[in-house]
Amino acid sequence: MMKKDLGLFVLLIVVSAITGAINPAFLSGVNLLNMANLIGLFGVFALGEGMVIITGGIDLSIGSMLALLGVVFIDLLTQYEIYWPLALLMVIAGGLLLGALQAFLVTKLKMQPFIVTLCGLLIYRGAARYYTTDSTRGFGYGDEADTISNIASGHIMGVPNTFIFLIVLAAIMAVVLHRSVYGRWLYAVGKNEEAARFSGIPTGVVIAVAYIISGALAGISTVMFVFYTNSVSPSSFGNFYELYAIAAAVLGGCSLRGGEGSIVGIVLGTALLQVLQNLVNILGIPNSLNFAVMGTVILLGVLVDQQLQARRRLAAATAGAARASAAAAAVRSGQSA
Amino acid sequence: MAETLLELSGITKTYPGVTALDNVSIRLARGEVLGLIGENGAGKSTLMKILGGVTEPSEGIIRIDGQDHASLTVAAATRAGIAFVHQELNLFENLDVAANVFIGREKRLGGPLKLVDNAALRAAVAPLLARLGADFTPETLVENLSIAQRQMVEIAKALSIDARVIIMDEPTSSLTLTETERLLQVIADLRAHGISVIYITHRLGEIMTCADRVVVLRDGHTVGELARDELSHGTMIRLMIGRDLKSLYLPPNQPARPGGCDIRDVVTTAFPDRKINLSVRHGEILGLAGLVGAGRTSLARTVFGIDRLLGGEIRLDNEPVRVDTPRDAIRQGIYLIPEDRKKSGLVLEFPIRENISLASLLTQARLWLVNRAAEGRIARQQAASLSIKAPNVDTQVVTLSGGNQQKVVLAKWLSMQPRVMIFDEPTRGIDVGAKSEIYALMRNLADEGVAIVMISSDMEEVIGVSDRVAVMHEGHVSGVLERDQFSEYNVLRLAIGQALEPSGAAA
Repeated sequence: MMKKDLGLFVLLIVVSAITGAINPAFLSGVNLLNMANLIGLFGVFALGEGMVIITGGIDLSIGSMLALLGVVFIDLLTQYEIYWPLALLMVIAGGLLLGALQAFLVTKLKMQPFIVTLCGLLIYRGAARYYTTDSTRGFGYGDEADTISNIASGHIMGVPNTFIFLIVLAAIMAVVLHRSVYGRWLYAVGKNEEAARFSGIPTGVVIAVAYIISGALAGISTVMFVFYTNSVSPSSFGNFYELYAIAAAVLGGCSLRGGEGSIVGIVLGTALLQVLQNLVNILGIPNSLNFAVMGTVILLGVLVDQQLQARRRLAAATAGAARASAAAAAVRSGQSA
Repeated sequence: MAETLLELSGITKTYPGVTALDNVSIRLARGEVLGLIGENGAGKSTLMKILGGVTEPSEGIIRIDGQDHASLTVAAATRAGIAFVHQELNLFENLDVAANVFIGREKRLGGPLKLVDNAALRAAVAPLLARLGADFTPETLVENLSIAQRQMVEIAKALSIDARVIIMDEPTSSLTLTETERLLQVIADLRAHGISVIYITHRLGEIMTCADRVVVLRDGHTVGELARDELSHGTMIRLMIGRDLKSLYLPPNQPARPGGCDIRDVVTTAFPDRKINLSVRHGEILGLAGLVGAGRTSLARTVFGIDRLLGGEIRLDNEPVRVDTPRDAIRQGIYLIPEDRKKSGLVLEFPIRENISLASLLTQARLWLVNRAAEGRIARQQAASLSIKAPNVDTQVVTLSGGNQQKVVLAKWLSMQPRVMIFDEPTRGIDVGAKSEIYALMRNLADEGVAIVMISSDMEEVIGVSDRVAVMHEGHVSGVLERDQFSEYNVLRLAIGQALEPSGAAA
């Protein structure tokens, strides 16, 4: 765990402890499990967003992707009565495809990620609303695919499956990002794309894969959310979720300039966001202040982190300079000897 | 002689460890075109920076209109009527010509908002453009102008501040022949209007056409001054060179072997109408000399798969190879040590270990998972054999000195199997000690059978280190010199596009 992640972890504990001290209901089992469920739901696509942000890009289309894939998923199960594992695979493939399309525009046609995914946000939402003529899709009586519904909204020994899934996924992603060749390439491309290219790294492929993973994770999230809400209203389902994802990633130490961030950080960032939302409810702060609280904490978090980093860089630079002059002195004394 | 406008006397400029200018004196008369020539690093740019108020001289006097100054500020230089036409043009492409000419000095409308009076700007610029014979209007966006036209904008800008001295630094390096002629006419016209011009160039032919007088700098000294009737290519070149070169040469222990890299009729994007032919054998160091912008870096980028190959072929050991990407080149064992190591060679925030493994990580991995033990071992091995000075291989590269950073770039390639290595300005910004280490390393690599191309603008390095020297001029190889032909004179003649035999160059 890096210093940054540790700091975030401490912040999460402190905020939770204070909230718990003011209102012990915060620490009740029911509340904690409810939060764990939400962390699981929101964490999955935040991990995808984090990957894209590490390339120096951004994915604004996640929320709309959820809406489009969501209505399609319910129709696949109810209208077309497709066997659920197949429907699940089709939705994940759908997310993957949309991600691949965006990746193509960004890496091959050199369009700016912000623009590509902003247009994605608009187009997917519009498509979802047109496809359903703006009507809510849901499960009728007996329509629900029992098995998958039970998996997605179930729990093992009280722990929500969504949370367990997030932890398993995060563990896999942590290996990919922090231990695999691809992960190293991803950071290299994010930090200095030109040097990466000059070292023979297929930079286009590396970036494209990040968008594709983000799309696929949005597909998985869609299924999880569909069984959480049990219905999809195409105009509001997933609204602003991409911003939650960006906020979680940034809180978790990702820089929008790219090349920075960790999986643990993104998960902790997601958790902190959910704690903040929950805290607003549980402390009786007017619900209308929800976003304002979130915004303030992110702003302060990033500010403090930046100041600490600047100080650390300065320390590193002085150490480097001291080393250089020491080496120079050694050379000089060697010459005079 | 016409009245003296400007005089620099006894100008010395020292940087820690380097004397860039040593007791240089020049004088400029009203309405005079002064040519300033010298090799890369002779001190021309430093001198002009002092005149523009960008840097302060360590010693010496700047006399303008009979008034002495110890140094100038940018504002003072502008007030005195000194204007620059830069080598890299400093224009705002998104603004129109009039806005560029008056940037920072916009005429304002009255009223509380003090809006910019665009009409007045355009009205003021139109006569300047007419005077220069420009073929564009003040409303034209600069992004739609050619480089030659942009230069006219810079000159118009100079005229708009009533400049009395215009300094032009390599103004024709990107111009076509007709555009160059046009510029020389403008210079003659400025001169007729009593405006002085300091003309810095490598192109001696242009100097012959337009200069009234030429000052030659070498290694920070004034080494000669030639009046108009004394000008000839031979005398100018002889003055520019003529120092004793320290011997850097490490002779090969192994003769050059057959095979290597052949560049046949290669066309690069930088010079789409030129073909390049060049060969480098295994075991030899081929110096690639030429003026800045002669197409050397662009050739290196093409061979390494960064820039598109527009024509011709690259052959390695007599087999044609395709290099569409750096990945292809690396797979063939063709490696590039780029000119700008911070931008293209290193991920500065990564530790030494991860920079060394950047290109070869897949070989230090199983099932795509990095074997950190192997990675660390290779990095430590390379760091030790190149004597990279750092506490350990987990040190961030950004904290290292230039020489050590360059060694990290080298280590990245040496941990693999090089067949051809292209060094682009390998010792720029590197101290003397690290330089000789890098030369020794290049020789070792050559002896092990690597074909080495060394692009360098440092004459001492080109002549001292290479086994053969190829010289490029405006996008093609203008000549190849064997060791017995090595001399600054010969390299320089080829670099400015003259034939090798002086007899053929009476111009």
